[in-house]
Amino acid sequence: MDLLFLIEKLVLGVLIVAVSFIVAMYATYVERKVAGFIQDRLGPNRNGPFGILQPIADGGKLFFKEEMMPATANRFLFILGPGISMGTALITSAVIPWGSPITLFGHTFQLQMADLNVAILYVFAAVSLGVYGIMVGGWASNNKYSLMGALRASSQMISYELAMGMSVIAVVMLSNSLSLKDIVAAQAGWHWNVFIQPIGFLVFLITAFAECNRHPFDLAECEAELVAGYHLEYSSMKLGFYLFSEYINMFVSSAIMATLFFGGYSLPLLDGLGLGPNLLALAGVVVLFVKLSIIMFFFMWVRWTLPRFRYDQLMNLGWKALFPLAIVNMLWTAGVVAVRGFH
Amino acid sequence: MAINPITSRSKQVVKLRQSFIERIYLPAIVSGLAVTIKHFFMKKVTFSYPEVVRPRAPVYRGMQVLKRDEAGAERCTACGLCALACPAEAITMTAAERKPGEEALYREEKYAAVYEINMLRCIYCGFCEEACPKEAIFLTNRLVPTEDLRKNFIYGKDKLLEAKPGELGTGAALGTVGAVDVSLRQTPEVLAFKKKPGYAHNQLYGKAAGGTAAGGHA
Repeated sequence: MDLLFLIEKLVLGVLIVAVSFIVAMYATYVERKVAGFIQDRLGPNRNGPFGILQPIADGGKLFFKEEMMPATANRFLFILGPGISMGTALITSAVIPWGSPITLFGHTFQLQMADLNVAILYVFAAVSLGVYGIMVGGWASNNKYSLMGALRASSQMISYELAMGMSVIAVVMLSNSLSLKDIVAAQAGWHWNVFIQPIGFLVFLITAFAECNRHPFDLAECEAELVAGYHLEYSSMKLGFYLFSEYINMFVSSAIMATLFFGGYSLPLLDGLGLGPNLLALAGVVVLFVKLSIIMFFFMWVRWTLPRFRYDQLMNLGWKALFPLAIVNMLWTAGVVAVRGFH
Repeated sequence: MAINPITSRSKQVVKLRQSFIERIYLPAIVSGLAVTIKHFFMKKVTFSYPEVVRPRAPVYRGMQVLKRDEAGAERCTACGLCALACPAEAITMTAAERKPGEEALYREEKYAAVYEINMLRCIYCGFCEEACPKEAIFLTNRLVPTEDLRKNFIYGKDKLLEAKPGELGTGAALGTVGAVDVSLRQTPEVLAFKKKPGYAHNQLYGKAAGGTAAGGHA
């Protein structure tokens, strides 16, 4: 039984990591396509039909690039930085429920690595660790521009984590649980948190943009202003790891957003179809992926629409607008919950 | 005012405090998103070049062609006027004397043994065509194909010369049989204008030049 459990989790883990990589890979392709379409161009369309082999060509190019390391860099930390970035991006997905359980050969398989009863705390812990990847990489490069880029990135991420946490507390209070599975269950029927908690969702969305270092908050590497930000000294696949982990972060935060605010793998319409439990579980996985794809598209849509915030505007928005808004939202929700009870 | 304004168009900059609506950004962001999603579904302006060729004017100034006369003899006499006229200095040539028995190959006693145009230098202005007194060089609406070596862009006679009547073209003229059609660039009006005695390069020869060189194979 223990061995079966181990194999089950191993298979699921490998599957989730593989899916994360594939989604991140094709997110780069879709991002370029979306950029092209929004700018009235076609985007990459030369590698394979519709250019779908483009990410493979990009990855191959990065592998063949020359590996450079500054002579004065801290060798160990310099290599560790991209690893931390990638690792923290991947481990966050462990608590996301991808679907309802599947029963095969009399055994029930959970489509979730770990149903932690403190899943939200785990997510925030993992997201906070992401700062280390950036900070360590920027610092170990031993280059003042890298260090300043890392400082910009980490102060931004730390500032926005607070508001993000506050906005999620309201969701937790409504569901009366920290487990993501229970939060999904609480949203069954059209009781999606996005309708109950629009302000909380808005704050979470904006802070998620900032946490992922995406436009309009990509001050960590802003192309036009800095040379490159924290990964200035990185090249080859180490740079690829940093860029890739950004897309994995985007994927995971889209999945978390879909879980917290859009009912996760549940869709009220599915219940009326009369599917068996296994088919329903698979349909739930598809539903979750459709939801997170729409959110990821929104990420890209925003990137090619908005200009970048100035650094003082970023800090103003984070501390003077989003943080108080999240607290007010939390207190208001707490009041309602205290009077009416959960749901 | 003590100081006279330099221009009458200067405007007083008014720095108004942003309204609440402006400060929460969201209405502006939504309208911006509406603009970009509209463009997302718009028709794309890109021409996927090798498969889809952007329409060009029939008198487009593209790759040059060296013409032959009706009998298939080369018209170029290597006078060098095209090279002289070329603002990009893209044309070079080496002249040679026609030997007895080569009358079918070359129209006049002197011909270009080597005639090269550097297509990377050429700016397709058409001055060579304008300068040529023998109607030997024309710009066509064909495009210069891409190459991955610079030296391949130096086009010699093998690529510039059109095919003999009834033969298949070689080099860059591959696919066209016989003469390259330049009738749209060389209308009777253009020819008449070119032979006008008042035209600078016709003055040296006077009326005689206009008489003998009026080949005209359009």
